[in-house]
Amino acid sequence: MEYTLREMMTVVAAREIKNDDIVFCGTGISMLAAMAAKSINAPDCVIFFETGAIDAALEEIPMAVADSRVMYHTASSGGLLDAFATMQNPTTGQKVIGILGAAQIDIFGNLNSTVIGDYFSPKTRFSGSGGGCDVASFVPRSMIFMQHEKRKFVKTLDYLTSPGHLDGPDGRRKAGLPAGGPELVITNMAVMRFDDTTKEMYLDGVYPGIEPEAVLEQMQFSVDISRAREVMPPSADELNILRDKCDPQRLIL
Amino acid sequence: MSKLVKDKVMPLKKAVGAYVHDGCHMAIGGFTINRNPMAAVYTIIRAGIKDLHLYVHSNGQGVDELIGAGSVSKVEIAYGGSGKFAATCIRFRKAIEKGTLQVEDYSNYQMTLRFLAGAMGVPFLPTRSSLGSDIVDKWGFSENLRRSDPKLPNRKLTVLDNPFEDWGNTEKVVLVPAITPDVTLLHVQQADRAGNCRMDGLSFADVEQAKASRHLVVTCEELMEGDALHENAHHNQIPFIHVDAVVHVPFGAYPTACYQHYDYDPVYLKAYAVAARDDEKYKDYLDTYVYGVADHQALIERIGTERMESIKADPRTGYAANLDRR
Repeated sequence: MEYTLREMMTVVAAREIKNDDIVFCGTGISMLAAMAAKSINAPDCVIFFETGAIDAALEEIPMAVADSRVMYHTASSGGLLDAFATMQNPTTGQKVIGILGAAQIDIFGNLNSTVIGDYFSPKTRFSGSGGGCDVASFVPRSMIFMQHEKRKFVKTLDYLTSPGHLDGPDGRRKAGLPAGGPELVITNMAVMRFDDTTKEMYLDGVYPGIEPEAVLEQMQFSVDISRAREVMPPSADELNILRDKCDPQRLIL
Repeated sequence: MSKLVKDKVMPLKKAVGAYVHDGCHMAIGGFTINRNPMAAVYTIIRAGIKDLHLYVHSNGQGVDELIGAGSVSKVEIAYGGSGKFAATCIRFRKAIEKGTLQVEDYSNYQMTLRFLAGAMGVPFLPTRSSLGSDIVDKWGFSENLRRSDPKLPNRKLTVLDNPFEDWGNTEKVVLVPAITPDVTLLHVQQADRAGNCRMDGLSFADVEQAKASRHLVVTCEELMEGDALHENAHHNQIPFIHVDAVVHVPFGAYPTACYQHYDYDPVYLKAYAVAARDDEKYKDYLDTYVYGVADHQALIERIGTERMESIKADPRTGYAANLDRR
């Protein structure tokens, strides 16, 4: 079955979600991945939003984390204080997996969603942190969605909005952050993970028909490609669920 | 007027006139495309109020319209975006890129803690969020600005070693300063004449924003008579003792959503995003939809019953099921 790269990205993310995960979602493709996971491989996972909604029944895809669609049939309707406390709760917080996106990423998975250019006179301004910095600071595991482009995989971020592994293996501890940080980066070409020892990004998988070298060409920094394997494409079942059940209006796909 | 008065109902123009002034420090509630106090926002714009110092966490339409109309000179914010309609708020972005808006960036949780600190009467609250990030290192407001405005703290934030040593497995904390706005504007589903407020669905950080503020203006979908809200009072989030003015404004959050009443209007928000990208078109937008209508009721009439019917909330889900949102 034919599939788009956005569909591939969504399915790859959905497969990472386990049945006992509490999935923290942002706006866009991450919501679709969480909805897909609930229908495909992790029916009992709990979706939650920084706006305070826990375990909403997502019958339609929300356009923002404050969309009324996240308020329907929740287990609890709180606010931002509750949501960020859940991420830091010594028991429930350990089950949270964050899904983030950004304009720039570096080799340690630090993210920029604030500005391109000088912070004080930016060339391009983005939305800013929102809850991104909070999630990246608190949760033990996170995955990141990125478009694979040279201007996005940068040697040095223009602004560090959300901490990944900071400057390496000991970065988070030195800064005073809890352990954790990004586990994987899902792009429109490949899946990258972070080395256990160096905390540097490496190429874990490429999508069918994509050469590892082509992935490197779309990055300002070099990563280890020796561990790369081919990622399994979405199955017909996965695609049907995604298209017919999760996003029939094609709002995200 | 005392906050303990039992009847605070007044027209919106009067409430805005009484509590929102040039240069005042103001917060608005809601989140991106939901429950923004839009009727109040448009009233402020029509009144020509300028130089506002605005506090929000993640806001979209309200922030963008206030900035676009030239009402805001400084903003403390975590996120400016309107979901799929504008991943970054368009007039907000233009104003920062042109250098006409001063910005201090925080995270959502930090802004929420800052409002909570204001509500609690403590100077700051701690968090671990943002350690190692540029939110800590880069300050948007100059030292001069901070010194010249007695309503601003001397620092954006402070990183401190845990004074309890390693208690809580935490070596360092970020202290974020309290916010005490002159006025906060909220839109809620139900309020009574005294100002007791009941929100359906998510409350975002509205409760903290309300209680941090010196004055609070509430617009409501439904004005509840008598002591109706004293029944099942556990569903009320804000008691009347924090409230200065209550204004009955049906569709007061339009074009953003109000759970259980109506959805956001995709037609309006899409057309807004197109207009906001072009200075001339944006002027036309303001002339037609903001300055060109006398009040919020007139805006709703201009939109017309067919569109308003299309976003009416379905009683089961609380939103407009199957609304065409493309």
